Amino acid sequence: MWIAMLIVFGFVISVIWTVFSKGMKAMSWDMISKLPGGGFYIGKEGGFLNAIVGSLYIVGASTVLGLIISIPVVFFLNVYLKRDSKLAYTARMAFDVLFGVPSIVYGAFGFTIMIYFGLRTSLLGGIIVITLLIIPIFIRTMDEATRNFPGDILDASFSLGATRWETLRVVLRQIAPGIATATLLSIGRAIGDAASVMFTAGYTDSIPTSLSQPAATLPLAVFFQLQSPIPEVVDRAYAAALVLTVIVLILSISSRFITNRFSKNKI
Amino acid sequence: MVRLYKTDNMQKTRIIKDKTAQAVMFALTLISILMVVVMFVGLYLKSAPVLEERSLWRLLTSSEWRPMKGEFGFLPFIASTLWVTFVAILIALPISLLTAVFLTEYAKSYVKKFVFPALDILAALPSVIYGVWGVLVIVPWISKHVAPYFMDFSTGYTVLAAGIVLGVMVIPILVSLFIEVFSSVSMELRESSLALGATRWQTTKKVLFRRTYPGIIAATVLAISRAMGETIAVLMVCGCVIGIPNNFLDPCYPIPALIANNYGEMLSMPMYEAALMFAALILFFVVLVFNLISRIVLYRLEKRLGS
Repeated sequence: MWIAMLIVFGFVISVIWTVFSKGMKAMSWDMISKLPGGGFYIGKEGGFLNAIVGSLYIVGASTVLGLIISIPVVFFLNVYLKRDSKLAYTARMAFDVLFGVPSIVYGAFGFTIMIYFGLRTSLLGGIIVITLLIIPIFIRTMDEATRNFPGDILDASFSLGATRWETLRVVLRQIAPGIATATLLSIGRAIGDAASVMFTAGYTDSIPTSLSQPAATLPLAVFFQLQSPIPEVVDRAYAAALVLTVIVLILSISSRFITNRFSKNKI
Repeated sequence: MVRLYKTDNMQKTRIIKDKTAQAVMFALTLISILMVVVMFVGLYLKSAPVLEERSLWRLLTSSEWRPMKGEFGFLPFIASTLWVTFVAILIALPISLLTAVFLTEYAKSYVKKFVFPALDILAALPSVIYGVWGVLVIVPWISKHVAPYFMDFSTGYTVLAAGIVLGVMVIPILVSLFIEVFSSVSMELRESSLALGATRWQTTKKVLFRRTYPGIIAATVLAISRAMGETIAVLMVCGCVIGIPNNFLDPCYPIPALIANNYGEMLSMPMYEAALMFAALILFFVVLVFNLISRIVLYRLEKRLGS
């Protein structure tokens, strides 16, 4: 068992070490502050600011949208429906399935929807698909946090004459750390997902100025530039991988911190 | 009277608010549940042209892949997917099972403090990063140190490389599922076994595993469905050569990689698009079935063992 543990640790260290050692060499201020010069695939100059900004746009917008859609669903499942409701069971099952659907399928599906509505690869398409992708994650993680919510508190609130809608305020306060963790997890998943944005957001050299323009993303910056025959471009891929890893590590560590820190204050 | 009327009115608005919220939330919930159906129908409609032209059986068992001539045989891709998934599970299963047992049965709390964050990190890393790792570490390793024992030359872009990368990606999922399953077994059962003089390992084997084997299988099936759909990391290390792999050092071309690689160019040919959509449909269907079965098993288990 110790061996199994050591293997796991070995993998972690190997992955992180690879990314950091390659990325650090390639990293420079220009990388994160400049657009790629002369095309992302062949141009030797510049960095990948376009990908950073594109990722931020997509992840920011879809996180907000995802929260707006999934918080009501979680509340509905936990406060409005009875504990042994068939609908709640079906819904949880559906979200589990959606959670398991590979992102490439989301990408393909999103692409067909976009064609149906006459959209081309664009920032908007990326946002829509990533939103669809992270909603199940949001709902599952928040639901997990809410399910352990003591029924007594609900009863106490109801018995004071509060409607279910008003009770939500009580619930919201209690599961706030859960929402925060879910958000961080979803951001982590959203920012790292390449397969779904490949067809929907596309890839460009510039920063998108409107919703209908294609947008570059960090994972695709790694993926496309790594295949380039030019060493400078490959270096850009390494640096992008480093940025992506650092972002994800920060998210992961802070979500664990939040869970540890705030679960103490829970009733 | 006036005052009473006012509260009455307020009461009404409160109830109306409550009901409106309920309706909106119900609609949102329903829409998100229907997503499953919509996705299935959407993919099916898109892949209908190719299904009309060729029989389902022929699509799945033919190994002719000539999009230009309208021949779409998915066997090489299906076989590649199965190979890669098999290798990945072969690597991930023993490691994750032992890790999960260790964490739930043996480990002291200070050990857990190190292990859980490590697993978190593994789970959080995006698949592109695993792809980079695979290209930089695993592929050269296979090409230089593994392949020479079996053949003259290999680029390293093989089933084995894809399997290792996928295996590592699946480990955190498996471990967290196993831990969930194991912790649903009540402490009393373990304690009674220990009290009878069984060692910890005996308890693990005879009580824990026997009690939770449906859960272990279900968790593995879930992980399999996860592994099947993984795209970017596999795409980067699999070699992308069409053909049925004969051994673990052959290059391969799993279904997700096929979709990802050909999506851009397919628009010009309706049949090609339909075929790729069919590939997505296969993936979706397999994942759907696997997920449903294993989730039902896990729910049941949780209910049965839950205190």
